[in-house]
Amino acid sequence: MLRFIVTRVGLVIPTFIGITLLTFAMIRLIPGDPIEMLAGEHGIDPARHAELLHQYGFDRPLLVQYAVYVGQVLQGNLGISLSTHAPVIRDFLQLIPATIELSLAAMLFAVLLGLPAGMLAATHRGRFLDHSVMGLSLTGYSMPIFWWGLLLILLFSVNLGWTPVSGRIDIAYDFDSVTGFMLIDSLLSGQDGAFTSALSHLILPAIVLGTIPLAVIARMTRSSLLEVLNEDYVRTARAKGLSPMRVLWVHALRNALIPVITVIGLQVGTLMGGAILTETIFSWPGIGRWLVESIARRDYPVLQTGVLLVASMVILVNLSVDLLYGLVNPRIRHVR
Amino acid sequence: MKRSALGAVVLGAVAAFGFALSAEAKTLVYCSEASPEGFNPQLFTSGTTLDATKPLYNNLVEFIVGTTRVQPALAEKWSISDDGLTYTFMLRKGVKFHGKNFTGTRDFNADDVLFSFERQLDKNNPYYKVSGGTYEYFNDMDMPNIIKSVDKVDDYTVRFTLNHPEAPFLADLAMAFSSIMSKEYADAMMAAKTPEQVDLEPVGTGPFTLESYEKDAVIRYAAAPTYWGRKPRIDHLVFAITPDAEVRWAKLKANECQVMPYPNPADVADMMKDPDIKVLHQEGLNVGYLAFNTTHKPFDDVRVRQAVYYAINRDAILKAVYQGAGRKAKNPIPPTMWSYNNSVRDYPYDPAKAKALLAAAGLKDGFQTNLWAMPVQRPYNPNAKLMAEMMQADLQKVGIDAKIVTYEWGEYLKRSKNGEHDMVLLGWTGDNGDPDNFLNQLLSCAAATDGGNRARWCYKPFDDLVQQAKQTSDISKRTALYMQAQVVFKQQAPWVTIAHSVVYEPIRKNVVGYKVDPFGLHVFNDVGLK
Repeated sequence: MLRFIVTRVGLVIPTFIGITLLTFAMIRLIPGDPIEMLAGEHGIDPARHAELLHQYGFDRPLLVQYAVYVGQVLQGNLGISLSTHAPVIRDFLQLIPATIELSLAAMLFAVLLGLPAGMLAATHRGRFLDHSVMGLSLTGYSMPIFWWGLLLILLFSVNLGWTPVSGRIDIAYDFDSVTGFMLIDSLLSGQDGAFTSALSHLILPAIVLGTIPLAVIARMTRSSLLEVLNEDYVRTARAKGLSPMRVLWVHALRNALIPVITVIGLQVGTLMGGAILTETIFSWPGIGRWLVESIARRDYPVLQTGVLLVASMVILVNLSVDLLYGLVNPRIRHVR
Repeated sequence: MKRSALGAVVLGAVAAFGFALSAEAKTLVYCSEASPEGFNPQLFTSGTTLDATKPLYNNLVEFIVGTTRVQPALAEKWSISDDGLTYTFMLRKGVKFHGKNFTGTRDFNADDVLFSFERQLDKNNPYYKVSGGTYEYFNDMDMPNIIKSVDKVDDYTVRFTLNHPEAPFLADLAMAFSSIMSKEYADAMMAAKTPEQVDLEPVGTGPFTLESYEKDAVIRYAAAPTYWGRKPRIDHLVFAITPDAEVRWAKLKANECQVMPYPNPADVADMMKDPDIKVLHQEGLNVGYLAFNTTHKPFDDVRVRQAVYYAINRDAILKAVYQGAGRKAKNPIPPTMWSYNNSVRDYPYDPAKAKALLAAAGLKDGFQTNLWAMPVQRPYNPNAKLMAEMMQADLQKVGIDAKIVTYEWGEYLKRSKNGEHDMVLLGWTGDNGDPDNFLNQLLSCAAATDGGNRARWCYKPFDDLVQQAKQTSDISKRTALYMQAQVVFKQQAPWVTIAHSVVYEPIRKNVVGYKVDPFGLHVFNDVGLK
C-alpha cells in the first residue's frame, strides 16, 4: 500500500511542474501585455511603459521570470494582482468557498438523479424508459450551459417567480462571512429566512452546473450496470432464486459503481470548467469568473496562481479518488 | 400564479424582511456589471471602479450630474490668473470625513488637498508607492507635466501653479483621480504601519460610506449622516454585481434591482414596452471613426480621403451595426459637448462623386489598401467586423480593394499606434468633457508623433486653432476656435466620422432623480425611490 501511495504522489510532482510551465508560457503567448491592456485607446508613453514593465519585472528574460515565479511559489509567495493590487491568495481564499459550495451542490444533484436514472435505464434496457433516460442525458450532455442557464432563469425566476434570478442570497440579508459557505453562514447568522434564501439561490446554478455530470453519471451507471448484469455471478445469483431487487442492489450495483466513482472523480475537472460559465450567468462570486477576467486583463499573477491552485485541487481530488479506490479494491493496488 | 412551497416560503420570508427593512430604510439596488478593482479612484481607471468610488468622495469641483459642466464642491469658489497659470481655490468649511471605522478629529482642510495630489505627483511622498500605485489616469491626463506645484495659502485656500496654460484643467480636477482623501486618516494608518488600509477601507467626504464589499457579489453603502451637502434620498445603496446583461435585465424585471447599465441592444425594444421600466437614453461622450493613415499613399491626398467619405454608406452602417443605438457623427466631438459645430456640412453618400474624386487624384482604376477592424466590442463600435465588411463592399463599388485586417486587441492598439495601417477603425470615449480631450488628444501634431492620432495627421491650420484654445480659459473664445477647427477637420477629412453611440439605461419607474451620465459613469448621489 505504501508503495502505491508513493508512486501516485510521485506522479503529482511532474504534473505540477508541467502546470506552472504551461500557464506561465501560455498567458505570455497571448499578444499584448497587461500595461497596454490597461491603457486601452489612451495608449501609453513608451518611456512610462518601459518603466512599468521594469517595475513589474516583465522586462527580464522569460526564463528568469519563470525562475523567479517558481522560487516565489516555493516560498509561499503567490503574487499580487496587477489589476487590484491585492494578494492573489487573499482573493482566491475569498472566492473559492463559493465555487466549492456550488460544485458540491451540483455534484449532489448529479449523483442523486444520475444514479437512479442510470439504474432505471439499465433495468429497463431497450424499453421506453431506457430510451427516454438516454435521450434526455444526451440532450443534457450537449446542452450549452449558457443557454440552459438563461432558459431556466427566464422560466423559473422571471415567469414563474419561484427562484431568485442570481446572486447567493437576498440583498436584505447582511452578515459577515464566517466560513465563506453561504448555507452555513446563513444558518450561523441566525437571521430569519436567511438559510432558505441562500438555498433558493443555489438551486438553479446547481442544476445548470450539475446537468453535464448528471448525464455522464447516468450513462456510465447504465453501461457499467448492464455489463455487470451479464456476468456469470449475477446469473448464479438469479439461479439461486434471489429476488431481482437483491440481485440488483447487493450483487450488481456494488461492482458496477467502481467505474462510476472514477467518473465522478473526473467530473471535478468538468465542474471547474463549467463553473466559469455558470458563475457568470448567476453572478456567483467564485473563482471561475475571476480567472476569465484575469485573462482579459492579462493579469499574469492571478492567472498563474489561480490555475495552479485550481489544478492542485483537481489533482488532489483525483489523487484521493485513486487512493480510495486502491483501498476499496485491493486488486488495483497490487497491480504494478 | 402557482408557486412551489419552497418558493412561497422564501418569498414570504424575503417579503417580510424586505417590508421590515423598507419601513425604516430605503434601499436602492444597482445591478453593476463587474467588481471594482478597489476603492481608491486614484489607483484605477475602469468605469466600474469609478462608479464604485463615486458615492464615497468629493472633488474640489465636480461635474453637474448629467452634464459636462463644472460646479463648486469642496471648493466654494476659485479664481484663475490672467495668464492661466495660477488657480486659487477657496475651500468649504465644516466638511467631515467619514468611514466605517474612522472618524476624523478635524474638518476637511487644505492639507487634505495637498495630500491627495502629492501622493500622485511626488515620488518621495510616503504614499506614492503604497498599493502598487501607478496613478495611470493622473499620468494619462498629463498631470505631472501640467502641475508645477500645489501650495497651501492658508487652511482654507489652496493654490495650483501650472507649467503652461491648460484650459481643461478645471475639468481635470472634476475627474475621479482628483478625489480628495483624508490626510489625517493616511497619517494614522502610516503610523499604524498599515498604509494600504487607506485604499481598502475608504474614508471620504462623499454622501455615502462603504459598509461592506464582497468581491464579485455585492457592495453596500450607507448614507453618511455627517455629509455636508444635500442628504441622500436613500438610506442604503447596494451594487449587486451581475456580469451578464441578460441576467441584469431579468433581475430588473424581477425588481431584484432598480437600475442597470449596459443592456443588450437586442433587449432595448422589449424594455421600452415594459410598463414598469423606463428606458433613459443619451448620446454617449464618444465617437467611432475610420482613420486614414495620412502618411501612407494615397491617403496623403485629401481627395482620396474625401472620396472614401463619399463612398461609404454610413446610414446603412448605422442601421446594421448600431441597430438604432447610434447617431451619425459629422464632427469628431459628440453633440452633447460644448462648442459642437452643427453648421458643418457632412459628406453625403455619393459613389459617383467618389469615383470622380479618385479619378481627379489619378486613381481612376482604384487601388489596393487595408482596412483594420477591432476584435472587440467597444462603447463606440458594437461590431467592428461587420462595419468593416460593409465598408469593404462600399469601397469595392468605387474600385477600392480593401483587405480586412485584425489583431488581438492589445496588439491592434500597439500596431495602429505605430502607424502600420492604411485605414483603421477605432474610437474614443471622453474623459473630462472638454473638446481638447478629443481634438487635441486625437488630432494634434503632437499626437501624430506619439501615435494617439491614428491618422498621423499634422495639419498646421488645425493644430494652431486647437493649441490656441488650450491657452485661454475664456470659454467663448475657446468655443469659437473649436468650431472653426471642426470646419477645417471636415474639409481635410483625416477620419471618416462614423457614429456617436447612444447609451441606454433602463430603470424601474419608482426611481427618481437618476440621470444618464455623459461620461458613461453611474451616479447615485441624488437618486431617490418613490
